[in-house]
Amino acid sequence: MENVQIQQPAEAHESGDQEHPIGIYLKVWILLFVLSFFSYMVDYFDFQGMLRWTLIIIFMFLKAGFIVAVFMHVMWERMALITAILGPPLLLLFLIGFMISEGFYVFGTRVDYMGRPAAAERVHVTHGEEAGHEAEGGH
Amino acid sequence: MSGQSLTLSQHAGTIVEDWAGDKETFHVPWGKVMMWIFLVSDTFIFSCFLVGYMKVRRTTTEPWPYPSEVFALELFGVNIPLILIAIMTFILITSSGTMALAVRAAQHNDKKNVFILMAITAAFGASFVGMQAFEWSKLIAEGVRPWGNPWGAPQFGSVFFMVTGFHGLHVSCGVIYLLVIATKILKGHYDKKGDYSIVEITGLYWHFVDLVWVFIFAFFYLW
Repeated sequence: MENVQIQQPAEAHESGDQEHPIGIYLKVWILLFVLSFFSYMVDYFDFQGMLRWTLIIIFMFLKAGFIVAVFMHVMWERMALITAILGPPLLLLFLIGFMISEGFYVFGTRVDYMGRPAAAERVHVTHGEEAGHEAEGGH
Repeated sequence: MSGQSLTLSQHAGTIVEDWAGDKETFHVPWGKVMMWIFLVSDTFIFSCFLVGYMKVRRTTTEPWPYPSEVFALELFGVNIPLILIAIMTFILITSSGTMALAVRAAQHNDKKNVFILMAITAAFGASFVGMQAFEWSKLIAEGVRPWGNPWGAPQFGSVFFMVTGFHGLHVSCGVIYLLVIATKILKGHYDKKGDYSIVEITGLYWHFVDLVWVFIFAFFYLW
């Protein structure tokens, strides 16, 4: 099919002929390192609460955006392909929304009707022999 | 025009033009469209896993183990939180960079460098899988199972094995895919047509694997 492809008039945005300066790849590469380092620091310095979630989400979307836009060349594609790629996954927002709402409800019923604790104490992790044996014995 | 993206009004013009005419809609090699269709459907699979994880984490009344502590590692006598996962993240980003350079080399018909860069990418991918195998065996030795673990909600294990396992499978397949294409490039399989867009298509898959890890890292390991 490639051989009989009709030439599109005056369109520079044909993929395959794309050639981008190497600088943008190197810049994005460094940026991804820096953003990953920052998100690791969020955990290392043990930020908690809203600050933690906000930073994690910001770094995540920045990284994802740069990978899709530059490394996967989406910013250089034509709109027909961009919308075909990025449009359908937007539907997932509905699924996420429904599941959050449903999740709160299920959690509520477990607390209200099954007598489960609303806020259980989290257990700190010990890496040791005993922990392993306990679990083995329990099952 | 190289290296520039269109303005919004230009975009509006092209989308009408591309869909309205009685002709090909996507002006890219067919293999690239096929790969994108696959990646979009794969997005839905991984999203289902992550949304399912969100749901069990939201609904469980048992405490969720601290991922930061679960994946801590003692290095040189110091206990560093989440260090193995951080190293794996950096390895995957590095491999994405070498893949991007391989795609660029393919645009210059630089076969030798395409092969070298793709082989390096595959090597990084293989080391990622190796570290994941280490992580799995470490956690299994500590008593983490799909149905329970010593530190809290049993769903932690099932989510961990399912999500990282499925991602690891993608990385493993990617390593094989990269090596196959790199060898074919070197052997001159694509020379006759002079069309090396296969490298870009392989790159799309590899960057996608990195992209999925960005979300797993944020939601499962950091959250």
